[in-house]
Amino acid sequence: MFEILDKKILAPNIKWIRVHAPLVARSAHAGQFIVLRLHERGERIPLTLFKWSKEEGSIELVFQEVGKTTYELGSYDPGDKIMDIVGPLGKPTHIENYGTAVIVSGGVGAPIGYAVTKALKDAGNHVVSIIGFRSKQYVILEDEFRKVSDELLITTDDGSYVRKGFTTDVLKEYLEKGGKADYVFTVGPVIMMKLIAKITKEYGIKTDASLNPIMVDGTGMCGACRVTVGGEIKFACVDGPDFDAHQVDFDELMSRLVEYRPEEKIALDRYVKGVR
Amino acid sequence: MARQIKKKRVPVPEQDPKERIHNFNEVALGYTWELATEEASRCIQCPVNFAPCIKGCPVNVNIPGFIKKILEKDVKGALEIIHKTNALPGITGRVCPQEEQCEMNCVMGKLGDRINIGKLERFVADEARKMGIHPEVTMAPKNGKKVAIVGSGPAGLTAAADLVKMGYDVTVFEALHDLGGVLIYGIPEFRLPKDIVRYEVEYLKSIGVKFEKNVVIGKTYTLYELLEDYDAVFLGTGAGTPKFLNLPGVNLKGIYSANEFLTRINLMKAYKFPEYDTPIKKGKRLAVIGAGNVAMDAARSALRVGYEEVYILYRRTREYMTAREEEIAHAEEEGVKFMFLVSPVGFVGDADGNVRVVRLIMNELGEPDESGRRKPVPIPGTEFGLEVDAVVFAIGQKPNKVLYQEVPELKVTRWGTLVVDEKYRTTMRGVFAGGDAVRGESTVVLAMGDGKKAAKAIDEYIKTGEWPEEIKPQSF
Ligand SMILES: Cc1cc2nc3c(=O)[nH]c(=O)nc-3n(C[C@H](O)[C@H](O)[C@H](O)COP(=O)(O)OP(=O)(O)OC[C@H]3O[C@@H](n4cnc5c(N)ncnc54)[C@H](O)[C@@H]3O)c2cc1C
Ligand SMILES: Cc1cc2nc3c(=O)[nH]c(=O)nc-3n(C[C@H](O)[C@H](O)[C@H](O)COP(=O)(O)OP(=O)(O)OC[C@H]3O[C@@H](n4cnc5c(N)ncnc54)[C@H](O)[C@@H]3O)c2cc1C
Ligand code: FES
Repeated sequence: MFEILDKKILAPNIKWIRVHAPLVARSAHAGQFIVLRLHERGERIPLTLFKWSKEEGSIELVFQEVGKTTYELGSYDPGDKIMDIVGPLGKPTHIENYGTAVIVSGGVGAPIGYAVTKALKDAGNHVVSIIGFRSKQYVILEDEFRKVSDELLITTDDGSYVRKGFTTDVLKEYLEKGGKADYVFTVGPVIMMKLIAKITKEYGIKTDASLNPIMVDGTGMCGACRVTVGGEIKFACVDGPDFDAHQVDFDELMSRLVEYRPEEKIALDRYVKGVR
Repeated sequence: MARQIKKKRVPVPEQDPKERIHNFNEVALGYTWELATEEASRCIQCPVNFAPCIKGCPVNVNIPGFIKKILEKDVKGALEIIHKTNALPGITGRVCPQEEQCEMNCVMGKLGDRINIGKLERFVADEARKMGIHPEVTMAPKNGKKVAIVGSGPAGLTAAADLVKMGYDVTVFEALHDLGGVLIYGIPEFRLPKDIVRYEVEYLKSIGVKFEKNVVIGKTYTLYELLEDYDAVFLGTGAGTPKFLNLPGVNLKGIYSANEFLTRINLMKAYKFPEYDTPIKKGKRLAVIGAGNVAMDAARSALRVGYEEVYILYRRTREYMTAREEEIAHAEEEGVKFMFLVSPVGFVGDADGNVRVVRLIMNELGEPDESGRRKPVPIPGTEFGLEVDAVVFAIGQKPNKVLYQEVPELKVTRWGTLVVDEKYRTTMRGVFAGGDAVRGESTVVLAMGDGKKAAKAIDEYIKTGEWPEEIKPQSF
């Protein structure tokens, strides 16, 4: 059992928790994730490691309530326990000093983007962070990003904070103005990653995307998480989650992500009605 | 006076096919005392040094010996005879391919039906479990040495059991949240009730084996870290990575690996959705590609979650199917349809990316391949489509490389299996391996046999410290 130590609400439906998970904390790296199961009847879902502390034996997760499991997790308070947590899973993001690294994160991709930004900064890169949110009330982790970025560019879809536009607009403007980018890392909604990849391909900039397909075991055993990269089948949980963004079949990923929409609705409706 | 030969096998009570396709309860109900005694009395008691059944058993269980104990109504005696070489009779009695092993050799086959050894073995285990009987074990005093076992499948469990009895401090590390390997996530409840697997695991706990779930070796701990803390390591990591054919449309929605399909159902209980949170796609028609045990399990599970029409698509002919005889018979009784001499060439989806059609091509049998089986050869111009709502790939699995992808010292074969010698030593000092991890997809009983032999070799290594300069690969 894994105890929740601390909890904060970052934005509507976006929560932060710190959880006691010493085995995960001791070997975690940026870009990796965990798989959790809340209770005996729970499903296994992946969440990315936002921060971790070896000393305290704890990990931090940021998640958006989108369905039954994330809403239920959101209802847990400090002192409550999660039944199973396994990790760290996936390959760590490849970190090196590229020169200038641009990290483009959208929505709840931000916690993943943060971990990678920090690692790239620690490796000596000049780090430019582009983070985008729907509107002002959804802006999260601004202070965290500011601490680990040399430049921080924030945008909101509706212009309610800093500026109006998508992360793609910001990246395009940055590059058009002659901004340097030796490496781009992107994480967020699939459509955003697809468009970011399109831009960086034109500029010939090496780009990795952190993919978020549906997963079950997270250990390479089921193939639910399979994605097509460069025409080959890859399992995101063990071969990724990061892949060369110019090789990824994003349309297929988008389609596969909604495979269980009807079932997810049934589960959420039932949960909201209080059926346990 | 000549003994009366009873030619006919005593039938095993089973759930009616019409009812059982709507539930996940065990299909074969097993012998009662009366039926078991009658079946046991058919055995002509070949002497142990001759008995062909014993030779046919991969772990050489003294079969006439335990059958005799059934006639004497001595459950404990029977159990102890089996346990000398097989620690999991409740499991092997249910899942071994007896018709290719012990039963194939049974002398009674020349006079009538072969003895139903599997069901008698199961009977002994089930009676013992009901009565709470365990075999007498002698536990060697603790020797202060530590062994780590990676993977809680039959290979790992068997090695753990033997080592703890020899006095070792044994810890089993398992990646998943439940223990038992394929026994828990793969083989369905209706064939191997999970309570039986749990019972065996609880017993191991009671004799001192420690279990750590939710630990992936290679991620949570590295193999190098284990070697610092333990005197030896056994890898029983199985062959859990599913294969797909890279055909057009293979990633359409509704196309599963058997592992995903069965894991959702068995481990995550998707058949109880939405009471349990994990869903499974439902529909009318489902096609399974492959014809081994895994394929039969997927097909029969599909019926039970509500598919009305389930097809097995196999590229060769009936006699080449690799599944256990009983599984094929059960699948047929339950209404699974078999299509032979067909291979998939692609999948067609609807506008939303859901699979709708499997494109198939007809084969004819050509020359035998390396395995001696005649190779399927596609006949040009015979392509056709089968409409489906879901497809399950059951065309094989390979070892999961998570553990050793960053351990260059561990040599693997071109099939991805670990190289070991006749003592189950890998190419890394202090590291042993067995089961599907070294054989590729194999069987429960062979995995168990490996675990047992590896335990002996580990004991020898820890006592002597001897390790060969060079590992001479054993072929399987
Ligand atoms: C490697 C990885 C890292 C992730 N990290 C984060 C994170 O840090 N924060 C965060 O908020 N979300 C993250 N996600 C997404 C998160 O796992 C899903 O939002 C969550 O599983 C939804 O579960 P649910 O029951 O609440 O919603 P559901 O109602 O089940 O689903 C809502 C949507 O979530 C997606 N989803 C559902 N089940 C899964 C699953 N088992 N695996 C992946 N996606 C699924 C689907 O697109 C679905 O349409 C990550 C996903 C992956 C693969
Ligand atoms: C659906 C299905 C039906 C089958 N039916 C039959 C049958 O009827 N009869 C029969 O004899 N055989 C059958 N088999 C084959 C049989 O189950 C296997 O041969 C046997 O289970 C192999 O045992 P094992 O101990 O080597 O590995 P497994 O049972 O595969 O167990 C390996 C375990 O190791 C864990 N693991 C892997 N990597 C790591 C890691 N890095 N860290 C921690 N843990 C790890 C896995 O999660 C798993 O739990 C079937 C197989 C399947 C899939
Ligand atoms: S989640 Fe099962 S293989 Fe990746």
